[in-house]
Amino acid sequence: MESSVSMARRISPFLLAILMITLVLSLASIYQGIDAYTKNDSVSGSLFLTMGVTTLIISTYLWFQTRHRMLKLSITIQPINTTVECQKCGFKNVREFQRGDYVFKHTEDQCPKCNEKTMAIGSIFREVKEKEKT
Amino acid sequence: MLTVQQVSQLFPQGDVLGWIFQIIFLGIFVVFMFYGQRIQMYIMIREVEGSLFKLKMMRDEGRKMAIAAINEIGKPQVDPTAQVDRFLEYFAITPVELDPAGIIWRLEHLLDVAETRFKDDVKLMAPQADETQINNLEMTLEVALFLNAIYKVIRHLYLLGKKTLSLYIIMQVQMILPLIMKEAEAHSSGLKAFQLGQPIGDGAGALVAAKLMRDYEKTKVEKDIVVAKVPIEGRTAYVLKAEGPGANVGKPGEAIKQVIEQNEGKISLAIVIDAAGKYEGEKTGEVAEGLGVAIGGEVDKYKVEETALKYKVPVNAIAIKEDIGDAISPMRKEIFDAVDSVIERIKRLIRERTKEGDFVIIAGVGNSIGIGQ
Repeated sequence: MESSVSMARRISPFLLAILMITLVLSLASIYQGIDAYTKNDSVSGSLFLTMGVTTLIISTYLWFQTRHRMLKLSITIQPINTTVECQKCGFKNVREFQRGDYVFKHTEDQCPKCNEKTMAIGSIFREVKEKEKT
Repeated sequence: MLTVQQVSQLFPQGDVLGWIFQIIFLGIFVVFMFYGQRIQMYIMIREVEGSLFKLKMMRDEGRKMAIAAINEIGKPQVDPTAQVDRFLEYFAITPVELDPAGIIWRLEHLLDVAETRFKDDVKLMAPQADETQINNLEMTLEVALFLNAIYKVIRHLYLLGKKTLSLYIIMQVQMILPLIMKEAEAHSSGLKAFQLGQPIGDGAGALVAAKLMRDYEKTKVEKDIVVAKVPIEGRTAYVLKAEGPGANVGKPGEAIKQVIEQNEGKISLAIVIDAAGKYEGEKTGEVAEGLGVAIGGEVDKYKVEETALKYKVPVNAIAIKEDIGDAISPMRKEIFDAVDSVIERIKRLIRERTKEGDFVIIAGVGNSIGIGQ
């Protein structure tokens, strides 16, 4: 299966060029600001420095955002719970899902309460955390 | 008219900073005037490219999971990769719609052939797998096939948009992308569920039927459908569902038709329970009642409607609300908890709409993966 979108192409050259230009301009602005300060022109100095530092922060943030979005692209596997219930005394035990589990399957487990092999799977479900809810 | 003096005021003498700002603003104005649409298109292309990358990842993951599952469960003698790749490229051509007479039967035949073909292919790929595992593997492969198809369509539109630099091609992809991504993500998260045989949200109806028929004798009717005669509220209910715990939807329409015909139409009420798409803002696991045949497959729905009309059987529907993501991924607790409330509603409906001694049909529609009976 061939692919047309590779990992290397994730950071677009267009975006990279914009980031580089902004970075150079911000550094030039910081230099101008320091230069103005040394010549006792505090008004221009503050203006250039503010401009330079702000642009530098924004371009760095954009760069990290792009990288962060790339790293976030992964499939998450949610934990699934299996509830095993005793058919006789109603004892319930919640454990992690195991391959081969299905709802209403009779297991070979012994009930810890009534010591009989009457355990069956009552439910298999995943719990969604509050922030994931729609 | 601007005078030369007025224009020169835009660029004050000796003010370097002012000059720079004026030029930057003029530059931005000119660039946006001539290239505004193109910039907007590049932003859209970037967005589509990001989603396409994610789709590719999901497609690859699906393929990888399917191959791993076949190797693990089926223990084939030869590497199944080539067979899986061939499977992922399958397509089916829908029947001619120009002459709609008999389209249902032609569609049913096509679906039957496709199912037999898929199952046979899975059996060849995984010779050691049992019936339940074959059903689960088939479903895993079908999900991988779906992800591959979505990826290819979006890639086609993306490349076409890039090649032609047409804003409208890119725009239509970008506009429907959130919905497509939602569906793809749902299928992707369902892959693991199918591979491991976990119950999915779509099985809500089947779970209701399973709970009702649990301690009663079951017989197999029609393809992959089990039915049990269950006494409820002094009436006799024919409870039916797809046979589990393998991934199965069976042919509920044909089964309901058979049960009605076997009873010579003496069915006072038919209740169909199924998972249904919820609107944004509705809670997952909400239960709603209605009328009509709550079955997704058109062929099955048609068969029930035809038979119900012939014998004048009233068909009621109970829907368990969930979104597409919940329907294909492992069953949420809210859906599981809704089952008891559905059973209460069934009992109430039976009490209100039928008399003691009557016969009713309760059909739990949906995928029976991970749900026994």
